[in-house]
Amino acid sequence: MNQPGMWDALRGVVRRDLLLAMRRRSDVAMSVFFLVIVASLFPLGVGPEPAVLRTIAAGVLWVAALLACLLSLSRVFTADYLDGVLEQMLLIAQPLPVLVVGKVFAHWVTSGLPVVLLSPLLGLQFGLEGEALGVLVLSLLLGTPTLSMIGAIGAALVLGVRGSGLLVALLVLPLYVPVLIFGAGAVTSSLAGVGGEANLSLLGACLALSLFFAPWATAAALRIALE
Amino acid sequence: MLQAVALSCTRGERQLFSDVNITVKPGTLLAVLGENGSGKTSLLRILSSLLSPDDGAILWQGQNIRQLKEQYCAQLTYIGHLNGVKDDLTPIENLMVAASVTGDHSSGALVQEALEAVGLKPEVHRLPTRVLSQGQKRRVALARLWLSIRPLWLLDEPFTSLDTAATGLVTERLRLHLQQGGMAVVVTHQEVALPPDAVQRLRLTA
Amino acid sequence: MNFMGLNWSKYSAPQAFYPLAGSMIPWFAAVATLAITVGLYIGLLVAPTDFQQGDSYRIIFVHVPAAWMSMFLYVIMAVWAGLGLGLKARLSFMMSQAIAPTGAMFTFLALLTGAMWGKPTWGSWWVWDARLTSELILLFQYAGVMLLRTSIDDLRRADRASGVFVLVGVVNVPIIYFSVRWWNTLHQGASVSMTAAPKMAAMMLTAMLLMTFGFWMYSIAVVLARARCVILEREQLPSWSKPSSMPEVAEAR
Repeated sequence: MNQPGMWDALRGVVRRDLLLAMRRRSDVAMSVFFLVIVASLFPLGVGPEPAVLRTIAAGVLWVAALLACLLSLSRVFTADYLDGVLEQMLLIAQPLPVLVVGKVFAHWVTSGLPVVLLSPLLGLQFGLEGEALGVLVLSLLLGTPTLSMIGAIGAALVLGVRGSGLLVALLVLPLYVPVLIFGAGAVTSSLAGVGGEANLSLLGACLALSLFFAPWATAAALRIALE
Repeated sequence: MLQAVALSCTRGERQLFSDVNITVKPGTLLAVLGENGSGKTSLLRILSSLLSPDDGAILWQGQNIRQLKEQYCAQLTYIGHLNGVKDDLTPIENLMVAASVTGDHSSGALVQEALEAVGLKPEVHRLPTRVLSQGQKRRVALARLWLSIRPLWLLDEPFTSLDTAATGLVTERLRLHLQQGGMAVVVTHQEVALPPDAVQRLRLTA
Repeated sequence: MNFMGLNWSKYSAPQAFYPLAGSMIPWFAAVATLAITVGLYIGLLVAPTDFQQGDSYRIIFVHVPAAWMSMFLYVIMAVWAGLGLGLKARLSFMMSQAIAPTGAMFTFLALLTGAMWGKPTWGSWWVWDARLTSELILLFQYAGVMLLRTSIDDLRRADRASGVFVLVGVVNVPIIYFSVRWWNTLHQGASVSMTAAPKMAAMMLTAMLLMTFGFWMYSIAVVLARARCVILEREQLPSWSKPSSMPEVAEAR
């Protein structure tokens, strides 16, 4: 394992994906618009009562963020799989899990980070303020990378399989549930006056776990998909 | 030196080949010939470590590539059916990013030289690859051969989509590579115009 | 590998495993029938009526063992998947494939009996209790494993991909198991815990253990039977007939 080579490869992978995202800004914009639309559907469906909205805010915003991440998963590996770049990545003389971390990081920058940046505005729309709003942003900051890492495993498993859009959702959503529970729970606890620290630290633990194990699983799934 | 011992491969429900033995010495090229569906691409992918064989082993300089793993990958350049080129980037960007990822650092000047050597005019270098023709995209993919200093080349039908001029350029590059002591395994339908004592043939039958 | 004087490794070939499984199934089926019958008899008829919940609590004798089985079977499925990925053994993957439907069945049974318990106890068919919710997640995971396998046409890739997914999903099982405790700490006084039963009378405990044992025996019998079906299905593929061989041309030197 060549240390400087590893960092160069990681940087190169991230750079390529960010460069591509810049060329296709509409993809990033789509994630953002989707989040806003879904979040807006709930007040329209549930009614504009501020008390009700404040109660459902945590869950609604978290589910919207989760769905936005889920829908963007097809962007992680599919394009590279179709044009042969993924194949070349498997032949690079650096550990594949490291390259996977690079890909997922770039994916998070284009799908998860916009969600985190937009969340304060959406939180205000739902009547969240002060500490609860801060906890919401922090929970999404910790949670969305985890969602990207876990989602990458699913995306890698279904590469090239028919019906992969729905299939990846079915595979990945059960694994998302703990993150959703801790994330929304953090905001709810904060609103209840209990403080979101317990849930936030659990979220942090999920992030650490996923950073450690998900790249290996994703790398294994990629090798299987490219045989 | 690349050796393969008793390779066998089953894809889906068919057994493609069994008990295949190969030796490729420095300075030689192995041409893999055969009809469609005879397992040529699978054999090449096995040699590149993308696919694991059902049976048998591959040895690089006497060591099993399963133990060498990334060290083996550092010795080879693989160009498959797919070009490995992003449509939204220009040829120059594609090659420079690919080089930084694989660790073969290349300057802009070297990349431009490589693109010209494979027959792409400078006007084309800064266009998005999307607007290039199939043949031009293939040339961009093959330009990596001019940037590669690795000893083993594994090429899957490199001459597809190429016109006679480009085929000549690639063949000449191959000849130079072999002369410098490199090795190549090439899946092809056509005869490679190289000195006969540098070329072995393996014919797979379906 | 020698254990109890038998050479077990020869059974790792599907052709040898097939008759072995066939001879074991009737025994397990018989013990299962006996255990479940006795367990149900004790649970439904002999055990005393609960002073809090009346007779509706008796569903516990099916619900709890089913829930336990759903989690155990997932873990065992994961073990076989891991063995398959590590040893590249076809039979391990076939065993993993055979376990999934039974695990899913027990999960569904746990959910069904949970709902049946919920109606007389809390007045609604479904309660978002930690345990029930986590059983639901487990059902989704089983469904995902089975769907992933059927969606991929290439057998080898299907085996290995669903193997990786099963292993990844195993992480969720302890989370599911401990969520009951965590949920109660994070949501104080939110819901009634289904496991907070008062110290069980000896009869109840016996019935519960008998039912669990019976479900185990049933699972083994059914999984072995299904594994035999899987072997039949897969081992009759043409790749097992005489392979075509390639003549090799000598170097043109």
